[in-house]
Amino acid sequence: MSTYIQNFKKFQPLLNELIMRDIKTKYRKSILGVFWTILNPLFMMVVLSVVFSNMFKFDVEYFPVYLLSGQLIFNFFNEATTNAMGAIVANGPLIKKIYVPKYMFVLSRIFSSSINLLASFTAMIFVMLAMRVELHYTVLLAPIPLIFIVFFSLGVGLILSAITVKFRDIMHLYSVFVTALMYLTPVIYPMSILPEWLKKIVLLNPITNILMMFRDVMLNNMLPSIGSILLAAVETAMVMVIGLYVFYKRQDTFILDI
Amino acid sequence: MDNTDIISVDQVSMRFALASEKVDSLKEYFIKTLKSQISTNEFWALKDVSFSIKRGDALGLIGLNGSGKSTMLKIIAGVLKPTKGSVAVRGEVAPLIELGAGFDFDLTAGENIFLNGALMGRSHEEMEAHYEEIIEFSELRDFIDVPVKNFSSGMVSRLAFAIATIGTPDILICDEVLSVGDFRFQEKCQRRIQEMLDKGTTLLFVSHSIDQVEELCNKVVWLEKGNVRMFGDCKKIAEIYRTSY
Repeated sequence: MSTYIQNFKKFQPLLNELIMRDIKTKYRKSILGVFWTILNPLFMMVVLSVVFSNMFKFDVEYFPVYLLSGQLIFNFFNEATTNAMGAIVANGPLIKKIYVPKYMFVLSRIFSSSINLLASFTAMIFVMLAMRVELHYTVLLAPIPLIFIVFFSLGVGLILSAITVKFRDIMHLYSVFVTALMYLTPVIYPMSILPEWLKKIVLLNPITNILMMFRDVMLNNMLPSIGSILLAAVETAMVMVIGLYVFYKRQDTFILDI
Repeated sequence: MDNTDIISVDQVSMRFALASEKVDSLKEYFIKTLKSQISTNEFWALKDVSFSIKRGDALGLIGLNGSGKSTMLKIIAGVLKPTKGSVAVRGEVAPLIELGAGFDFDLTAGENIFLNGALMGRSHEEMEAHYEEIIEFSELRDFIDVPVKNFSSGMVSRLAFAIATIGTPDILICDEVLSVGDFRFQEKCQRRIQEMLDKGTTLLFVSHSIDQVEELCNKVVWLEKGNVRMFGDCKKIAEIYRTSY
């Protein structure tokens, strides 16, 4: 175990460099540079909330903010896991030539998506201020659901990246799966419109629980319940353990399959 | 301390599945499983290889193309895990396996210095300290803010060599790196390697030029089709090697 920690410490600078690289190459050659990290989600949120609050009207107070919060969590999950999925394959040439702990590539992609998550979060606060939504003290608890979704995505990302090395077409399947999953998460609609049987299915989705926790602290001035925190903790831990196990078991064969 | 084996390779064998048998999509996997076409065509790149070298030695690996030299280096560098057997390495390894492998071609030379350093497990501060030395050695001062994609291959390898050889690693692995660049830079690289050897670095060196091997190394492993044909003193083996091909 201690050798793992030592190895992580040795390659920790690599993690910083990889995250910096992701951000630098993404915004290179744009005048506003890193500001796009905040502006991009801000514009996206404005457009989508205008469209959705005029086309679909649900009985939800401050519907645009409701939608934004749903998108914030779900889009992060989508972006982070999709990026992480290709991490090993994309860095194949490197893995073939230099010894690097391979999970670093997955970790760096999840973390650079997390930086985008923080930017979207900042953008969301701006939108809330602009719409004069009351900011409650419970907003300070927002990091709890955010940390859950980051580690949940990390676990899923580890599993996906390991499988993708062996089966490349998973990438296409996954994008379909994520679209389906989005409709099984209350991103656009409120839970109240669902019939009882469907509600049960939607609640089985781990992201639903994390998203509801996020909305409670951001919009509803409610403390997250112990039950939902425990549930999120157990689900996140389970996905992480499976992810680490699958990745650890498969990582030595990566180089033969890339 | 000086008498300990810094690298010991113990009965290492490496098996590869042949490329034509590679299945890399679910669809193919199902179809081939149904037709029971997944065969086990395999290829042993290394068979039962054992040798060990001591601190300060310079080991040359020689042999024809496909004899398993690069595979052996990759196993020692930790890139590949051997199918059978084990390798014990005591010390920090600086791999110079393929120059420029760790570069991101969209980043500038300066940024790549830090990225490449980090790939070898060196911190930002450490690279900061060697930054000037790297620019100096690679002779790329005017191009430091240019993205590496605009570099010529010679410039890429100069930069890569300069980054990989900073400090004094315990073990330096060189795979054919001296065959790049013009002769003046090759000589410069060779001098650099010689300096490191004088400071006590252990060298693993692969080259097709037996003269270069003779100049730098004191021990030689001669591989042939994955087997060790000879292992021992450089001078003797070099002579036999010359006469046999």
